[in-house]
Amino acid sequence: MWEIVIISSIKVLLVVVAILTGCAYATYMERKVLGHMQHRIGPLYAGPYGLLQPVADGLKLIFKEDIVPDNVERTTYALAPLLAFVPSLLTFAVVPFAADVDMFGYRITGVISDLNIGILWVFAVTSLGVYGLVLAGWSSGSKYSMLGAIRSSAQMISYEVAYGLSIIGVILIANTFSLREIVEQQASITDWFVFRQPLGFLLFITCAIAETNRAPFDLPEAESELVAGYHTEYSSMRFSTFFISEYANMIAVSSVATTLFFGGWQGPLLPPILWFCIKVFLFMFLYIWLRATFPRFRYDQLMAFGWKVLFPLALLNTIVTAGLVMLTDWL
Amino acid sequence: MTDGSQVGVIFWFLSFVILISGFMVVSLKNIFYCALFLVLCLFSVAGIFILLEAEFLAAAQVLIYVGAVAILMIFAIMLTTDMASKEITQTNENVTVGVFVSVIFAISTILLIDKTSVWRYQDHDFSEGVTVTLGKLLMTKFMLPFELVSVLLLAAMIGAIVLARKERS
Repeated sequence: MWEIVIISSIKVLLVVVAILTGCAYATYMERKVLGHMQHRIGPLYAGPYGLLQPVADGLKLIFKEDIVPDNVERTTYALAPLLAFVPSLLTFAVVPFAADVDMFGYRITGVISDLNIGILWVFAVTSLGVYGLVLAGWSSGSKYSMLGAIRSSAQMISYEVAYGLSIIGVILIANTFSLREIVEQQASITDWFVFRQPLGFLLFITCAIAETNRAPFDLPEAESELVAGYHTEYSSMRFSTFFISEYANMIAVSSVATTLFFGGWQGPLLPPILWFCIKVFLFMFLYIWLRATFPRFRYDQLMAFGWKVLFPLALLNTIVTAGLVMLTDWL
Repeated sequence: MTDGSQVGVIFWFLSFVILISGFMVVSLKNIFYCALFLVLCLFSVAGIFILLEAEFLAAAQVLIYVGAVAILMIFAIMLTTDMASKEITQTNENVTVGVFVSVIFAISTILLIDKTSVWRYQDHDFSEGVTVTLGKLLMTKFMLPFELVSVLLLAAMIGAIVLARKERS
């Protein structure tokens, strides 16, 4: 009993530390990659190649004054950053990072908790993320924040529908909700669900970018029109909590995409955990690449795209997959 | 892993949260806070489902009610600008009717749960997994209620579209 508690606690601690470090260096990576894509060189002065830039930024944010405007709703204002941050970490509870290993006489699983409703957990937790944004926008008492909150709630509800439908194909083929079993079913590269569910994957990644409010779907913050939207009135550590949660969400989505479509930790030669990190890294690169490539959607385009293109395609994908699964069962 | 007393403590805690937040929903003046307490209430119900080892229902509860229904309400509240401001307060004019309906509902639910046995856990074979069994039951034994609910939802959807559509003159 106590061994389980200790092992689980160590795993949780390791994962949280890894995610927070990952978030810090994701900001560095974003600035560096974006810089080079735009013929700049990005951060350079803090440490070799600017590698200490995230540390410098973090320290700067901690020591900044925490300014709370007069007409905010204090309770919800304080609650909002936490509500944005916690769900982004909760996703990692069910993501399998590595194969099981035997260590110190115990069998240690490569996942914090192998829930039998794994995928549903991921989506339930993702759907909570919108509350942070909405509460921040409403409690700030600023019209920019309010508009950002309205946009984010409309956008996230709209894209969540297609987001949820896009993975039903994977569930139908895998016949399980457990992320661990889904990874185990993708032992060789030909078994990867990205090849069995190509349309499902494209829908998933499109909706995932919209769910994490990243370019070209970054309307809730839209710097040039809404002055950062829902977090306009936040400063210091409260602001950085929003900032970290955005990157934690990106890592979470990349991890889920890796797990569902790209075989998770499966791969030859290298240790499983390394394969997992490589795949997640490639997804993070994709995120930044997209940001450097595409302009932001107009709001009506965003809604039309979500409801008139992604949603019907997701339904079609579900029906076709269900038909094929039934056909192979019947044959 | 959990023994009876722990489950009991968690159950009472969750029930307490559900009742308090439910009361807040109907009694607070600021409608935005009402919506937030509704979220807390629905979330605690998901906790009760987990306690009953109905993980699928818990996830569905969070996904549908907390993640979609409640956020749609909040969205509507934010869109109607007057309601989101602090000056407009909620006035509960239908207290008598409300109390009457909820008492009737409570009594009938308690009577139903006491009388009915078909949905009891031990009456069904869960060897295939809870979710699979649930899906199969919905598609076979409880087909009619399931379809009725679908028709009801469809009617509500059509109604919403009719209400939202602008009149063509």
